[in-house]
Amino acid sequence: MKDEIIIAGFGGQGVLSMGKILAYAALENDLEVTWMPSYGPEQRGGTANVTVILSDEPISSPVLDTFDTAVILNQQSLDKFESKVKPGGVLIYDPYGIHHAPTRTDITVVPVEAMEATIEMGQAKSYNMILLGALLKMRPDVPVEAVVRGLKKALPERHHHLIPVNEAAIRRGMELVH
Amino acid sequence: MKDEIKLMKGNEAIAHAAIRYGADGYFGYPITPQSEVLETLEALMPWDSTGMVVLQAESEVSSINMVYGGAATGKAVMTSSSSPGVSLMQEGISYLAASELPALIVNVMRGGPGLGTIHPSQSDYFQATKGGGHGDYHLIVLAPSTVQEMADFVALGFDLAFKYRTPSMILADGIVGQMMEKVVLPPQRPRRTAEQIKEQCPWAVTGREGGRKRNVVTSLELDSAVMEKNNERFQRTYREIENNEVRFEARFTEDADYLIVAFGSIARICLKAIEDARKEGIKIGLIRPITLWPFPYDAIRDAARNVKGILCVEINAGQMIEDVRLAVSDSVPVRHFGRMGGIVPNPQEVLDALKKDFINK
Amino acid sequence: MKREDIIKPENKVYSRPRLLDDNIMHYCPGCSHGVVHKIVAEVIEELGLEEDAIGIAPVGCAVFAYNYIDCDWVEAAHGRAPALATAVSRLHPEKVVFTYQGDGDLAAIGTAETIHACTRGENIVIIMINNGIYGMTGGQMSPCTLEGAKTATTPYGRRIDLNGFPLRVGNVVSILDGTCYVTRQAVHTTAAVRKAKNAIRKAFLNARAKKGTSFVEIVGTCSSGWKMSPEKSNKWMEENMFAHYPLGDIKDTDKTE
Repeated sequence: MKDEIIIAGFGGQGVLSMGKILAYAALENDLEVTWMPSYGPEQRGGTANVTVILSDEPISSPVLDTFDTAVILNQQSLDKFESKVKPGGVLIYDPYGIHHAPTRTDITVVPVEAMEATIEMGQAKSYNMILLGALLKMRPDVPVEAVVRGLKKALPERHHHLIPVNEAAIRRGMELVH
Repeated sequence: MKDEIKLMKGNEAIAHAAIRYGADGYFGYPITPQSEVLETLEALMPWDSTGMVVLQAESEVSSINMVYGGAATGKAVMTSSSSPGVSLMQEGISYLAASELPALIVNVMRGGPGLGTIHPSQSDYFQATKGGGHGDYHLIVLAPSTVQEMADFVALGFDLAFKYRTPSMILADGIVGQMMEKVVLPPQRPRRTAEQIKEQCPWAVTGREGGRKRNVVTSLELDSAVMEKNNERFQRTYREIENNEVRFEARFTEDADYLIVAFGSIARICLKAIEDARKEGIKIGLIRPITLWPFPYDAIRDAARNVKGILCVEINAGQMIEDVRLAVSDSVPVRHFGRMGGIVPNPQEVLDALKKDFINK
Repeated sequence: MKREDIIKPENKVYSRPRLLDDNIMHYCPGCSHGVVHKIVAEVIEELGLEEDAIGIAPVGCAVFAYNYIDCDWVEAAHGRAPALATAVSRLHPEKVVFTYQGDGDLAAIGTAETIHACTRGENIVIIMINNGIYGMTGGQMSPCTLEGAKTATTPYGRRIDLNGFPLRVGNVVSILDGTCYVTRQAVHTTAAVRKAKNAIRKAFLNARAKKGTSFVEIVGTCSSGWKMSPEKSNKWMEENMFAHYPLGDIKDTDKTE
């Protein structure tokens, strides 16, 4: 098993932390994992992305050109990464704010109304967890239980009271994928 | 007992490993992409656990001179920075080398020259391996390619520094500094006691206890005849290090038609390119120098015997390639592939470059 | 009376401090460094700190201080002594760490290290000999060179419009919260030497008591650099240097708290 994932969006949308939680979940599930962020001022409002590789074998390059799975949170990232999904791969995106939807037909394109669901749930900060839920539905690389254990490690203790909210958001995201 | 596997950034691993090594002091100044070293140390508060001193200095100039002062007292002290900050440290590094002091310096490289970019680069290879500051000296230079090696090389760097009484450097880059992966941290070692330091470092400036003769740490010697002798002693140490401490990793070299030489995180990108190439029937081997100084000339010469070409992949304009050419002379064509300014090539680009240079000529 | 009748222990009126070595000093005749070295050696001995004192030598005329005062030393890079002293003191809090620097070393290239060591309140002693010139490199202008003073790099005299104003380092560090004691002294008369010694003793005691940074500026002469006889140098110093660098305590938290 190997899943080469790119998660991309605006800084502040929780791109890096979504990747981090996934990485911790992989650790909990005894997988090999690398988490390689775009770093620096980009995190503060520009575009941000993170490459997460999950594998049951040792991972060579943490930097990739093409991906099995893309989770896209804004138009710029869609423009940049749509062509980088391997044929047969999966592209998950939130149509909110997307003016030019993906056009590729050789990959599975999965729109997830995550922003809408976030507003319904009234939990702005769990936006990225809804998308993570969608990712886990499409790519069951790790069980949700491992993700919840990963949340405990990825989040500072003062935020642990938010874990049930995040878990609910992940499950909501899974439901949004049909 | 099963080793506890953690997930962390390379920079964080450096900080944890320093505490667990029993380091006595860290002196540093924030600079992207390595600030997590200082941030992690401050968060872990090792002064309460091991007694390690952690201090944010006013500049990299001050950091390295704090390291110089601390090293002169026989303590295991270190600093970390990124390229522009390491340029500022060169004066102090030269003093450390000339005063024959052990210390550990970490450079998490970013793209230059000048203020440059904050993104990964390997453009300080010359600076790290050929001297960097003034005078005839070398650092022992270790190039980690994984977060595990970031952790492991802290102990290795300190141990080699103390063994040879010379500063050593971990030459990392923004990729291995910023990426997270699994790491098993070394067990906690106690800091050395004052007695152990006195025994291991009789030259250390610790106060003239017991009325011993005074210890003076200095790099100054106005008598040229004596200074030449000092230099000869340094060079003898460097030859000894060259004889004993060369480290490298060889992969797929047995049946290779082509050879890639790459260090640090880029070696991993090359490994992926090599794996992909094998699927196409192209046999490429990899030599990854782990010590950039001393450089694995012999290993590269041996691995090059049956190959049609060598590609040096570096994120710079071509620096290590000079050492690779020294290793093989004109016996085999050597080409460079790299990106600059903080751009990291992907595995496909590496493979394309190799094909262009050697296969689809 | 024969010579042997005079040379007897009971007639002895002065001894060289035990911690001042026999090595022949390289300082020029009339230079203030020799006297300050003697004071430092006496203070270390009298306070019983010979096993605990660690000196940081500068780049400048006092670069060889480690050849004269019998304690452990590290010779710093130019201007960096307070950074070294910071680390040595933090790693060895039981020791008493002092720097011995000149105005060229401390007040020019070493301002950042000085200000930050003082502002962190490192428990160290900083001794700065201010003779308003770079002695070792051949008498160039330092930040503390007086207006109008001729040096190798101000051959027609220091001009404020070109070179700025002479820097009163003592006053600068006195406003930093980490300093506990800042004083400006001289060593040109017996009375001045006594006062300077008291100041240095107090500074060492402060460091031992972890009160913060003590900064002792000693206004001194450089006969060679100033191109004056030792006697004339002292007079010129009294008339000109003291006017810009008045002697006395600038800050003493023992008295204000």
